[in-house]
Amino acid sequence: MTEPLVLGIETSCDETGIGIVRGRTLLSNTIASSMDEHARYGGVVPEVAARAHLEALQPAIERALAEARVRLQDLDAVAVTSGPGLAGALMVGIGAAKGLAVSLGTPLYAVNHLVGHIAADILTPDSVPLEYPTIALLVSGGHTSLLHVRDLTTDVELLGETVDDAAGEAFDKVARILGLPYPGGPEIDRAAAGGDPDAIRFPRGLSRASDLEKHRYDFSFSGLKTAVARWIEREEAAGNPIPVADVAASFREAVVDVLVTKALAACADRGVPRLLLGGGVIANRRLREVALARAAEAGVTVRIPPLSLCTDNGAMIAGLAAELIASGRRPSTLAFGADSTLPVTEIQVAERDGAGGETEVG
Amino acid sequence: MILGVDTSLGSAVGLIGRDGRTLAEVAQAGHLGHAEAIGALLEQVLAAVPAEASAGSRSSSPSGSAGEAAGRGAEELTHVAAGMGPGPFTGLRIGIAAARAFALGRGVPVVAVPSHHAAALAVIEGEHPPQHPFAILTDARRRETAVTVYEGIDVDGIPHVVVDTVLVPQADVDRKLGALRRFEVTEISGAAIARVARRAVAAGRTLTGSEPLYLRPPDARVPAAPKKVGP
Ligand SMILES: [Zn+2]
Repeated sequence: MTEPLVLGIETSCDETGIGIVRGRTLLSNTIASSMDEHARYGGVVPEVAARAHLEALQPAIERALAEARVRLQDLDAVAVTSGPGLAGALMVGIGAAKGLAVSLGTPLYAVNHLVGHIAADILTPDSVPLEYPTIALLVSGGHTSLLHVRDLTTDVELLGETVDDAAGEAFDKVARILGLPYPGGPEIDRAAAGGDPDAIRFPRGLSRASDLEKHRYDFSFSGLKTAVARWIEREEAAGNPIPVADVAASFREAVVDVLVTKALAACADRGVPRLLLGGGVIANRRLREVALARAAEAGVTVRIPPLSLCTDNGAMIAGLAAELIASGRRPSTLAFGADSTLPVTEIQVAERDGAGGETEVG
Repeated sequence: MILGVDTSLGSAVGLIGRDGRTLAEVAQAGHLGHAEAIGALLEQVLAAVPAEASAGSRSSSPSGSAGEAAGRGAEELTHVAAGMGPGPFTGLRIGIAAARAFALGRGVPVVAVPSHHAAALAVIEGEHPPQHPFAILTDARRRETAVTVYEGIDVDGIPHVVVDTVLVPQADVDRKLGALRRFEVTEISGAAIARVARRAVAAGRTLTGSEPLYLRPPDARVPAAPKKVGP
């Protein structure tokens, strides 16, 4: 068959993402974000996100089709995120995906959001295909995960993840402590400009020798957030002015340091000289700088998809489904639901049985 | 044909013909599992109608089943009707999302129908239609009941609303409704949703907006100042 034309629907958090790809070619990456509606609450409110998805979906699909210059009738498959993510938000996308697939009579692929982040890399134009195996570090407001990817469609292993807050959440919470608005990532970045990243030595979570035994690749940012709050309280109690730039820069350095250190440790331990970065927090320039510099020292090649493909989006979901189709995988049944804690080992959900009832794609 | 979808209580899909007759109807009871159920329910309903009408622009369907039920004269799908609640939000949205996407796939408009209207129509079209105002009651969770009061049908054949939908604490239902006849509803018919939509379309009326009948703001608090963490 020719390369499959796939529409992907992603609603796992606060972005309503509709992507259209033809094989590995990106035709549209349309995103409607409800971020502004969450700002006053200081974080993503699941019910607010789910309401916004319902209103945004249809216009987003129409915009994506117009941009890609294709008709729904041309689609070879529909793809949707089954998990992990916010259950109520995921279900809106799943309802829409099933309605669309049955309406059009097209196969449906239910896929894993985290593996989708890895698939974003193959949609990058003019770049050599992703080489396997690779270590992948996915950092956003919803997840902080370290993966060993041996094959995009068949073999992804979770090495570690955050045991409490996601890195993006830590940025949001520390921004609040510093009196900065949501979302915290860009605000902390702005505040950190000119600050000294070594001014205050904030703790690196799960990095002590005793922690490393059990949590070599896991992350923890809750203690860091508390440490920042305590440091500020102490300074205020002592009547000292708060050096906001130094606090922001030092906090950011602690997050970046632990992310990059653990990712490169995984590269070294597994003998994998490749690191793929993904997730919205990759927008943080300091994280990219430190990752690139320290990876170069360690002889590790770093790949970073364009930022529009790093944040949550439907194109990566469509891209992953296109890879599944190309590798001969059957569509999902219509019986799957949302799985808020879907493990990365489940790259596709509810694949149809091989015996009877299957559909040729394309 | 009009396809009716409602997930305000259970999961229900129905299809009616131009004349309002029910062509197919399927449902799954229970207030969970809407996301899992909705796709198969849509497929089952389509499988029960003529191929020319149901298969859209495609020659094959995912299961092959929709294409095999040819026979009756071709009739085009003209609208998709979506039950807009009230109902538990998480489930309610799934049917609306599916209805909208299905309509988009077929290039037909969506008709938004208050779910209680479908229940009221079923009561009115039942064997002993009430001669006086009556109340449709559905569980709204959190010890509240969603109540809409109807009296007969209006000139367009649509159940006539006497008191718009409100949330009443369960403990107050007896006192508030008094002697009013009540119908406590635990399922909404997809075909009834479609029948209400058919009458609304014929009369050129809009029954409710595009936002679901949430009746409650989202659970979210604007955070207070950061708590002290120090000793
Ligand atoms: Zn993500």
